[in-house]
Order: sequence, then C-alpha cells, then structure tokens
Amino acid sequence: MTCEEAEVMLHALIDDELDAGHAREVEAHVAQCERCAAQLAAYRDLHQAVQGGNLRYAAPASLRRSIDRAVPSLVMTNRRTLLKGFALGGVVSAAAAASITLVIVGADRDKRILGEAISAHLRSLQADHLTDVLSSDQHTVKPWFNGRIDLAPPIIDLTAEGFTLIGGRLDFIDGKPVAAIVYRRRVHVINLFVAQGMGPALPAPKVESVQGFNILRWSDQGLNLLAVSDLNPDELEEFGTKFEQASRSTHAG
Amino acid sequence: MAYEGRGDHGKTEHFRAAVLPYLDDVYTLARYLLRNATDAEDAAQECYLRAFRHFETFRGGPIKPWLLAILRNVCRAEYARRGALLGLVANNLDEAEDATEGLWNEAQQSPEAETLHRLDSETMQRLIAQLPDAFREAIVLREINDLSYREIADVTAVPVGTVMSRLARARLLLRTAWLTEVKKP
Repeated sequence: MTCEEAEVMLHALIDDELDAGHAREVEAHVAQCERCAAQLAAYRDLHQAVQGGNLRYAAPASLRRSIDRAVPSLVMTNRRTLLKGFALGGVVSAAAAASITLVIVGADRDKRILGEAISAHLRSLQADHLTDVLSSDQHTVKPWFNGRIDLAPPIIDLTAEGFTLIGGRLDFIDGKPVAAIVYRRRVHVINLFVAQGMGPALPAPKVESVQGFNILRWSDQGLNLLAVSDLNPDELEEFGTKFEQASRSTHAG
Repeated sequence: MAYEGRGDHGKTEHFRAAVLPYLDDVYTLARYLLRNATDAEDAAQECYLRAFRHFETFRGGPIKPWLLAILRNVCRAEYARRGALLGLVANNLDEAEDATEGLWNEAQQSPEAETLHRLDSETMQRLIAQLPDAFREAIVLREINDLSYREIADVTAVPVGTVMSRLARARLLLRTAWLTEVKKP
C-alpha cells in the first residue's frame, strides 16, 4: 500500500468501514511509515474530540410540539396521495408477477451461456478492450449504457468494500447484447454481465467453477447477473453479497 | 404497507413512531447546513411535512438516511432562496474540492500527531460551521449523525469514493482550524 492510498484509507479505518483484510493492510503500512502513523494518530484524536464533544443540537420543544400537532391534520390533505400510492402498488404487483414467470432453459443452452461468459471474460483481458467507458464513478458509467442496451444495469460503487469499479462495456452473450460492468479486486478482474433472460431465474447466488474460472450467478428484479473472475470462490461470493446489499439499500433510498 | 387497514390513525401513529425519534438528528444537520437557528427550525418542519407526504414511498431499510436526504433537499432549496443559484452552489462545491488540494499536500509534509487541547462544544461547532459546504455536510453526517459511508453517499448523491475523499479533506481542514485555534495567543 502506498502513502497516497493509506492517507484516504486510514479514515475508513478510523470509521470502522474496512473489512478485516483491508484493515490489516492499512495497519501494516502504518506500522512501517512514520508519516502515515502520525496522520492516523492526529485524525483519531480529531475523531474522538468530535464524537465525544457533544456537538449535537437539541430540537427546541416548541418545534417538537408543532410537528407533533401538525401530523393528524396532514392526514386529510394526504388522502389523495395515499390513493395514488395504492394504484401504483397495483402496477408494481403486475410487474413482479411477470418477473417471476420462470424462464425454463435447456441444459445445453445454459452450458453455452457459461462458456460464452468465460470467452467474453477472456477476450476482455486479452484484447486490451476491458472497458468502453473507463470510470470509477457510477454516475458516469450508468448513463453510458443509455441507448446502447435495452435495460438500465445496476452500477454500484463498491470501492469501500474493496472492489474497485473500473468501468463498463457492451458485450455479447448468447447472441444478445449484455452490459458488462468491470471491477477489480487486487490484481483480479471481475466481469459482471447483466442481461434479461440470460439463463434461469435464480433466487439465491450460486458459485460454480467452469474451466478454471469461478462464476457467480443470481437474479434480481427480473435481471440475470453473472460474475466471472479468477478470484477465489469465497471472495466472489462476498462480491455478490456486497453488491446485493448495496443494490437493496439503493432501492430503499 | 404496515399501516394499511389500520386507517388514518394507524398511519399517523406509524409515522410518529418511525420518524419523530430522529428530530434531533434532523435539526442538528439543519443547524450545520444552514448556520442559523430560525432557518433550521423551518427546514426541520418542512422536512417532516414532506416526509409525511412521501411516507407511502418509503420502502423499508434505515429511515434516518431517508429523512436526512429529504432535509438536505429542503436546505438546498433554502440556499437557492437565499440568492445562490443552484448552478453557483454546484460550482462552489467543485472549486472547494480543488482549493484544498494544496492544503492536503502541505499537511502531509508536516503531520501533527500530538493530542490537541480540547475545545468547548461551542468553539468546535463554530469551527465545523466554517467548513465549506461539501466537507461540512460529509463530516456532520459521519461524525454527528453517525451515518455509514454508503448512507452518506446515498444522502448526498455522490459515489462512496467521493465521500471518502471529502471526509479526508474535511478532517484535514478541521484539524488545521483546530490547531490554529489552540495556538491563538
């Protein structure tokens, strides 16, 4: 780890945002770098002073009372909104019903999809054509796919979780265009392919080993997601879990 | 939804129980963002009004970040009302990030590891209030509202990487201001 990396990561260490592996990396760097050790001590001191400094403001009692009193009278004015909410619920239910219609795929087609995913992964590494859009910013990568593909792939920044977003690319699997989102974990590249109807709907992520690569597959919101990498199965599963967690919190927000 | 079938009373009670406990968090963020007690009260009130109006669209998960995102939108509207056009606000954020580049490097050359003399709450609040918008927002959400990086990214609509760099710079600026404060004659 370089000083430049450590200087940002030490904040994540202070904030308890690093997994055990990354925390060890930062601590190892700090142990042999006096300058970064000084930074860590200084920012820890600041963190403690701010957290323990009683810096919150208490809401005035009059504000609390006026909000509390306003709530019941809001109900009447919101009846219309509430009804609109129910109508929307109907549309959402219909969409959900459509997406659980299982796509039954023959075993041969499934094998072909896995084979093509690995080929696409290998092509991306060999031909110096890893990404069409090179950016670690999800708000740059996501719009790039607009008009290029018939779906809005979930682009999620997992830098803090140790999976760096590299960019995106258009690829083809099973004769259809798919979104390829590229991440890096240390020296390992992860290609995450996203498409509709690319294999069966899988409620839970599943890791399989094919031709020496690990493949993690799952489905979400009617999309098929397929991650290919030479990363070990445990960390690839961790990638899937972190991706799903982040994806869920994005929908919730 | 949980309050369906329980009627208006059910909704009211559900809303009260879910969001009223966060009033201090909402008010605190409003105080730091707007730097004015009266405006902060107005913003908190408007935030709860909007939260109630959109409560049907809340899809579960932690409610505090959802509420703080609404408050942040209210505060941005208030910035606009104060005469700063939204475009200018956005430019200021970018400039602020560039402007700290020099400071950042400077501090790397002279790290100060010593434990600084603690200041009283009011002075610390004032030092935080003086930070530029993007950094003030990041550090208050992290240290005072106790949000995770992911939650801050969602509330402020930027990537987690940006949250990390803003927080690093916010702490550098605050540490520098603190150092200046304790060394005042």
